[in-house]
Amino acid sequence: MLRLVKYLKNYKKESIIGPLFKMLEAFFELLVPLVVADMIDNGIAKGDKSYIYRAAIIMVLLGVVGLVCSLIAQFFAAKASVGFGTELRDDLFAHMNRLSYAELDEAGTSSLVTRITSDMNQVQAGVNMVLRLFLRSPFIVIGALVAAFLVNVKVAIIFAIAAPILAIIIYGIMVLTIPMYGRAQKALDKIALATREGLNGARVIRAFGRQQDETDDFCEDCDLLLKLQKRVGKVSVAMNPLTFVVVNLAIAAIILQGGKEVDAGVISQGEVIALVNYMTQILNALVALQVLIISFTKAMASAKRVNEVLDLQPTVLDREDTTATEQKAASDAAPAVEFSDVSFTYPGSQGEALKNLKFTVKKGQTVGIIGGTGSGKSTLVNLLPRFYDVTKGAVLINGMDVREYPQGELRSKIGVVPQKAVLFSGTIRDNMQWGKAEATDEEINEALSIAQAKEFVDAKEGGLDYKLNQGGKNLSGGQRQRLTIARALVRKPEILILDDSASALDMATDAALRRALAERTKGMTVFMVSQRTTTIQNADLIIVLEDGEVAGIGTHKELVECCEVYKEICQSQLSAEEVGA
Amino acid sequence: MKKRNGNSATLKRVLSLIKPYSGLVVLSLVFAVLTVVTTLYAPVLTGHAIDQVVGAGRVDFAAITPILLRFLIVVAIMAVSNWVMSLCNNRIAYHVVRDLRTKVYAHVQKLPLSYLDSHPNGDTLSRIVTDIDQLSDGLLMGFSQLFTGVVTILATLGFMLSIHVQIALLVVVLTPVSLFVAAFIAKRTYSMFQAQSRVRAEMTSLVEELVGNQRVVTAFHYEDKAKERFYDVNHRLQKVGIKAIFFSSLTNPCTRFVNSLVYTGVGIFGGFVALTAGPAVLSVGQLSCFLSYANQYTKPFNEISSVITELQNALACAKRVFDLLDEEVQMPDKEGALVLRDAKGTVGLEHVAFSYVPEVPLLKDVTLNVKPGQRVAIVGPTGCGKTTLINLLMRFYDVKKGKITVDGTDIRDITRASLRQNYGMVLQETWLKAGTIAENIAYGRPEATMEEIEEAAKASYAHNFIRRMPDGYQTVIAEDGGNLSQGQKQLLCIARVMLCLPPMLILDEATSSIDTRMEVRIQRAFHKMMKGRTSFIVAHRLSTIREADVILVMKDGDIIEQGTHAELLERGGFYHDLYYSGAPEQQAAE
Repeated sequence: MLRLVKYLKNYKKESIIGPLFKMLEAFFELLVPLVVADMIDNGIAKGDKSYIYRAAIIMVLLGVVGLVCSLIAQFFAAKASVGFGTELRDDLFAHMNRLSYAELDEAGTSSLVTRITSDMNQVQAGVNMVLRLFLRSPFIVIGALVAAFLVNVKVAIIFAIAAPILAIIIYGIMVLTIPMYGRAQKALDKIALATREGLNGARVIRAFGRQQDETDDFCEDCDLLLKLQKRVGKVSVAMNPLTFVVVNLAIAAIILQGGKEVDAGVISQGEVIALVNYMTQILNALVALQVLIISFTKAMASAKRVNEVLDLQPTVLDREDTTATEQKAASDAAPAVEFSDVSFTYPGSQGEALKNLKFTVKKGQTVGIIGGTGSGKSTLVNLLPRFYDVTKGAVLINGMDVREYPQGELRSKIGVVPQKAVLFSGTIRDNMQWGKAEATDEEINEALSIAQAKEFVDAKEGGLDYKLNQGGKNLSGGQRQRLTIARALVRKPEILILDDSASALDMATDAALRRALAERTKGMTVFMVSQRTTTIQNADLIIVLEDGEVAGIGTHKELVECCEVYKEICQSQLSAEEVGA
Repeated sequence: MKKRNGNSATLKRVLSLIKPYSGLVVLSLVFAVLTVVTTLYAPVLTGHAIDQVVGAGRVDFAAITPILLRFLIVVAIMAVSNWVMSLCNNRIAYHVVRDLRTKVYAHVQKLPLSYLDSHPNGDTLSRIVTDIDQLSDGLLMGFSQLFTGVVTILATLGFMLSIHVQIALLVVVLTPVSLFVAAFIAKRTYSMFQAQSRVRAEMTSLVEELVGNQRVVTAFHYEDKAKERFYDVNHRLQKVGIKAIFFSSLTNPCTRFVNSLVYTGVGIFGGFVALTAGPAVLSVGQLSCFLSYANQYTKPFNEISSVITELQNALACAKRVFDLLDEEVQMPDKEGALVLRDAKGTVGLEHVAFSYVPEVPLLKDVTLNVKPGQRVAIVGPTGCGKTTLINLLMRFYDVKKGKITVDGTDIRDITRASLRQNYGMVLQETWLKAGTIAENIAYGRPEATMEEIEEAAKASYAHNFIRRMPDGYQTVIAEDGGNLSQGQKQLLCIARVMLCLPPMLILDEATSSIDTRMEVRIQRAFHKMMKGRTSFIVAHRLSTIREADVILVMKDGDIIEQGTHAELLERGGFYHDLYYSGAPEQQAAE
């Protein structure tokens, strides 16, 4: 949390004025019992009506001043905390934007989403609370103690004993119960898990006739939660009676000791009443503080999670001199893509995902990449747009190391069609313009028609203006996939990467797509990742991967002759599909 | 379905849930009254005691001691009764919730699949988890605060009236003013809060899209545009946020101010009464007692109003839970339904018609005879309704017209459990339970020995990868398979069926997301299982299709062609087109 304090720097004034006025309010509140005591002693006891009037006016004034102070405090606290939240969120978002794939893998994008939304809300609320309330309770406790000592030292000793005992009871119970609540929460999470499992697996559960067993297991989970809840309940309900007993013992003692002092003429009756009032104020302040601490720990936990994100350092960065290097070394004569002895290890993993890859691809060639799951196909193509940096060797595009390019320029050369077809809410045109911000309808239609998407887009109401829901949920899987292909084509990239991107297409569409790509994108270098030999067997170059290593490079014909792994893959599919049966 | 009318019906049902604990409820109520009365009586006693402390040399210690003794006894009673009351409340709330949750879960297991298919799982989940939790909170608060609140208000009134009628009336009239102030502010801030949550929701969905798909954002170098869009929302949120937070935080200081005015009013008026009428009518101690009542009197009002909102929320949640409970469970098995043991595997469909919703008829008139041991391949483009057929065979859904028979008996005359035990089902969406691998394989036969489990794993080519797992068969897999690959999950699902090896099979061949060599293993396992068993296969492989005894070609939810491979090709229909659609490439490769 402390590290985040710097986001208050534009709100220094607000973050000082806020707490200051809150303390002022508390101060006026502490004066009230004294005024009441004065009124009783000098007004009622002496029968002085004007004194009572005066006391009343003073009390109303104290109330008004208190209200004004408090409003000022709230306003500045709101301004500072919301300003803090806004600036931190801006920074956080910008930071997330800079993260490269390695950090995204580590943090997980869905967790990033919760951190910038609900965690940030918690932190902001926490800051607001601290500014408004955190100083208030301790101030009242201390203030009431001081006031008591000012009234009478002997009676005040009771305060000095009672206050710490109260604090110990309240915070002791809190310290005991927080971990117990945590365990109960875990039990509830387990119930949620069991429920989700029961719902997702309804078919299988019924197929195996296990409904009763599932229900019994669920009952067990519920019983566990019940047990934990009852256990924590037993401790937490002790708080009210215990504090009540202590406070009232103290009040009895105050009356007794105060009585002695009054008898001796040291203090007055009104002052005894004031002392009793201070005792209740201390209790209220401590209880309020307890609630605050609980919310504060939540905010701290969230702050920690926010900090974890800020601690992630993007690994893929532009070199300092890249801006000036545009087209410096890149030449038309150079191969479109060259892997020069490339090895890559995922951060935090032991084995190499790619080992000593060496190959060159000429402009306009189509490259097929094939291999089993986990053989490194996607990893290979992810190195081209520099989603990850190689661990060893270099990836060259047009003869220049990808690390020499400014990232923006590099990525504008490459069109990526990811495995998962992700679209965004907005019109189809909006989505297409991700590929090229100023793309005209003509360019978009061209791309759509290559991607075999034109027909269904035209059939939609409004055509390019057809609005997609979040994630493109109002389209079928195959339609989404074709749109992501079109999106990558809109920018007319030099290099197109299809990462197993035709899996949701039926065979006829898949074939038509490949034909269109071959015919209508002359000069474009295409990388095609696939599981199936049929998809890539016409490629100019096929790279067979096995456990991160090249098991064979060549054309279909060559590989069938001499590459064992490729043969095996073909056979596994041939036995199933028997080419040209 | 019973239709309920509004909150009172829901409340009645909530109360009926509490009924088994009525003993505890009575106990809780008794101790609540005791708690309140003692809590209120304590200041009266301190007032008395203070009255004995008049001035120098005029302190009556002989009178103070018994008063303080009585005070301590009252405090002790209060502490104990408060403790007992809270314990009772906790017990009631937690038990009721446990009961309800298990009841709902058991109910869900009995609901027809059509309900689960047509309602998002997330919705049902939130009813069972979040809504019931809210109900628990509401119940707890309702018990601990609603009743005590009401009793406190009444008792305070009684105490005050017994001391001095006019001042009591003054308190009664003035204190609710703070409630009006609070309500006034709440009403004004409501629209600001709405504005805030609107912008917040906008931000959340933007963040979900952009950050959730950060990889695509990076790939298309969309970072600057993304930042721009986020900044815009964020700064709009700042504007509405400050307003919402500031105005909502007004409630506390304002009500506190009103309370202090009331306090002052009581102080002055009481002061005058004490002054003019003398201690016989109102002593200083009684005045201080009044002041503390005036301080406390609004508290139960505030509490009750917040409890009522909480309770309304809890009732709304309870209603959602009850709605789920009111869903009709699937029709129980017919009385005297046949328990099917070791079916021979003759499956017949006679003029079967089916639709999920009447407006969209799917299967119109399907007749099919499958002899024991035959293979039936179901073929068609994605979304053609292959799962519909599985749903009907397994009797997850009942046919609308016609009938399905197994060994000549209408499956509606067979118990569901025994019918399903005669089918082994491997679906493409692999579902595994959080637990060990062994537990998952033994899911259909929990009593299976370790040897049998390993046997089944070997037979389904899963043994090798299981052995390589850190704890072998005892490796715990997380919810839904966790870090297993899709292919490994499928092998486990096959092993699960292999262990039971029922006479009939329903298999769903994998599409492209699986490693081809893994797929060969799955194919082999499938073949081993199918030997001698009536099998229905949702097929993608041409070889599987060609080897089938019957091919069902499905399109748009209905079976449009039926026959063997050769017959269908000859017919030159949809199957013919489908079969040749992928062919150009294949021929080119030759």
